[in-house]
Amino acid sequence: MNESTPATAAPLARLIDELYKLPGIGPKSAQRLAYYLLRMPVAEARALASAIVEVKERVTFCSICQNVTEVDPCRICMDSDRDRAIICVVEEPLDILAIERTQSYRGMHHVLHGAISPIDGIGPEDLKVSELLQRLRSGEVKEIILATNPNLEGEATAMYLTRLLRPLGVRITRLARGLPVGGDLEYADDVTLARALEGRQEVES
Amino acid sequence: MPTPRMYKTEGIILRQRRLGEADRILCVYTPAFGKMDVKARGVRKTTSRMSGHLQPLTRCMLQLAQGHVSDVVAGCETLESFQPLRNDLDRLSRALYAAELIDRFVPERTHSFPTYRLLVETLRRLSDTNDLDQTLRFFEMRLLDQCGFRPELEACSGCGSRLEAVDNFFAPISGGAVCHVCAGGIAGARVLSLNSLKVLRLLQHGSYIDAMRVRTEGPLARDVETHLRSFIVAVLERDVNAAAFIERLRREGARHAVKA
Repeated sequence: MNESTPATAAPLARLIDELYKLPGIGPKSAQRLAYYLLRMPVAEARALASAIVEVKERVTFCSICQNVTEVDPCRICMDSDRDRAIICVVEEPLDILAIERTQSYRGMHHVLHGAISPIDGIGPEDLKVSELLQRLRSGEVKEIILATNPNLEGEATAMYLTRLLRPLGVRITRLARGLPVGGDLEYADDVTLARALEGRQEVES
Repeated sequence: MPTPRMYKTEGIILRQRRLGEADRILCVYTPAFGKMDVKARGVRKTTSRMSGHLQPLTRCMLQLAQGHVSDVVAGCETLESFQPLRNDLDRLSRALYAAELIDRFVPERTHSFPTYRLLVETLRRLSDTNDLDQTLRFFEMRLLDQCGFRPELEACSGCGSRLEAVDNFFAPISGGAVCHVCAGGIAGARVLSLNSLKVLRLLQHGSYIDAMRVRTEGPLARDVETHLRSFIVAVLERDVNAAAFIERLRREGARHAVKA
């Protein structure tokens, strides 16, 4: 996209071009955002610019769990109160936040940075699988929780990891799948309902 | 007759991609409208009542509302979930390969009931059979046939002379098998053994039951697969993504078997 028409100042056209590269931003949205930024107070614009530069310069991947962090190893990996025998494997860094919000898990994490999607050409080599295998070599890990998304790509990733990790002798578990809290049984699809039946539990008295 | 504002159709979800906060664009293959992209709103939320029905490789009944760019899913119900595919990585990888081929070969909004039926039958067969690769070869050959890219296996695709019952050559670029004389001048022509030619002909002319009666294992199966794959790649002018994953599973399976 080239907006360098006489009606658009060159720096503004450059900003529009840069914004247009962002995902989900079309030409009109890029123009709207650029004009919004133009009208923004200088201090706010500087704060935004420095936040973008800082995130690129200071945030990196944790060398252990592959989560995004500003200190390496990350705070979770450095926490001595956590159970190092369990690793919860997730697709994206945001999934760690969701699991941490529950306050029910005190083990370690591992971020794959994606899920296997053969149809899109995303294979295990594009994920942080070899880093996970590396972590298991120490023999400290006793259980792997596969917490990939309960969709086709997540299931494919979980099945692949199960196949890969089973010979290593660690316990492999998968997050329970079934009916969501607040959902209606009549709207459940066959697969969810079947999984919910498979994973039924005895009611404690 | 124009399509009504709300309409129903069955379809198979071929692939999906994320859109915005919680939406997805689904690529659906339907018998009546062909392949089309539809928007499914809010299906990435755990509270969505539709997400389970709209997973790839699910045959479902869709209620669609006409939209400006793409139609929007207003309701859906699973007709067939092909459960065994979801519990076995080998079956799943082959089913995704079949879905990718349909996506690549079939043009948008061009309906073809035989091709839709072929996909449904292939997903059922992959859920059930033990010979996944032969099922996939049958699917490939039938799909090429239905899409107008039938490989020539009776006569030389170079000079038109009848192929002799000896080892010949296979040249995707010229449209199929070629004789010794023509093979010399064609780039990428590979030796086509007599047995491979027979299997390819059986896949082309025989029924699924006939095709499954032949046990093709080891080098013969690989040879047939290589020829058909090279033909598909030549037609599509690109690689098939899911093929690399199948190959990887095969390699790693063989490595584990050796270790065991």
